[in-house]
Amino acid sequence: MNCSDFLKELTDYLDGSLDERTKEELEEHLAWCHNCFVICNTTQKTIEIYRDSEIYELPEDLRSRLRSAIMQKCEASKRAKSSGPEEV
Amino acid sequence: MGNIQPKLSEAVSEELMLVRAAKAGEMRAFEELVKRYDRNVFRIVQHITQNREDAEDVVQDAFLKAYRNLEQFQEQSKFYTWLVRIAVNEALMKLRRRRPERMISLDQEVETEEDSMPREVADWSPNPEQQYTQAELRDILGRTIQGLPAGFRMVFVLRDVEGLSTEETAEALGLSIPAVKSRLLRARLQLRERLSKYFNRQKDGDGNQ
Repeated sequence: MNCSDFLKELTDYLDGSLDERTKEELEEHLAWCHNCFVICNTTQKTIEIYRDSEIYELPEDLRSRLRSAIMQKCEASKRAKSSGPEEV
Repeated sequence: MGNIQPKLSEAVSEELMLVRAAKAGEMRAFEELVKRYDRNVFRIVQHITQNREDAEDVVQDAFLKAYRNLEQFQEQSKFYTWLVRIAVNEALMKLRRRRPERMISLDQEVETEEDSMPREVADWSPNPEQQYTQAELRDILGRTIQGLPAGFRMVFVLRDVEGLSTEETAEALGLSIPAVKSRLLRARLQLRERLSKYFNRQKDGDGNQ
């Protein structure tokens, strides 16, 4: 396996979806190719950092406000459907 | 190297029971579904709108639309995947209404393979995120991911942040599975490349920039 083969398999490797044989070949490549080893590690770290990050978290006060608004709209829609003419 | 498993893998049958109860008119069941997924939907749409007020509107619109169309949910896929698809479409519509001059499309092909070839191969410090305060880190991560083309960004967000499978991501974004795989690789590599400048091991060890 060379460096460009490694890149092609990287996503499946990180997702744990490589077959055993390809996985072994890839790990053999990683054992001697420092650049690919670094790329593999830092790509996994990238995923972990984003997964653990709290960007765009929904604050609790906004969350409950949004939920009441959603439920009010759904209730109104339910009432309209049961009392008004049937929508097509 | 450990496997990266999707984090949303709760029992689907319980979800299906809630969906069926909601279809039968039980508001509490639908509210339970809202509680279960509102945080995820909010994060996803904010990655598209990149604006909090718009994201708030889209979250409401998406859940309302899901509620009104519950009958059409076929139960062949997960409710969450179906909901994400609605939310993504609502977010894109919002964006088009707000900025009609800037068409945002998830299937634009903007770069070649070469754009994702790694150039930065210096290792990162052991716990790179600890070099920054929480607020600084959020700012770095937010700005970095916003720099990706929308089609790459959304694949990364759904697959790696929200934990959808490749198939679910394809379904939610209306893409083919090979397209999801290729974009995911390119998104991961581009983010890695861009983050490297913040997280590189400091060569002198003296903390100077």
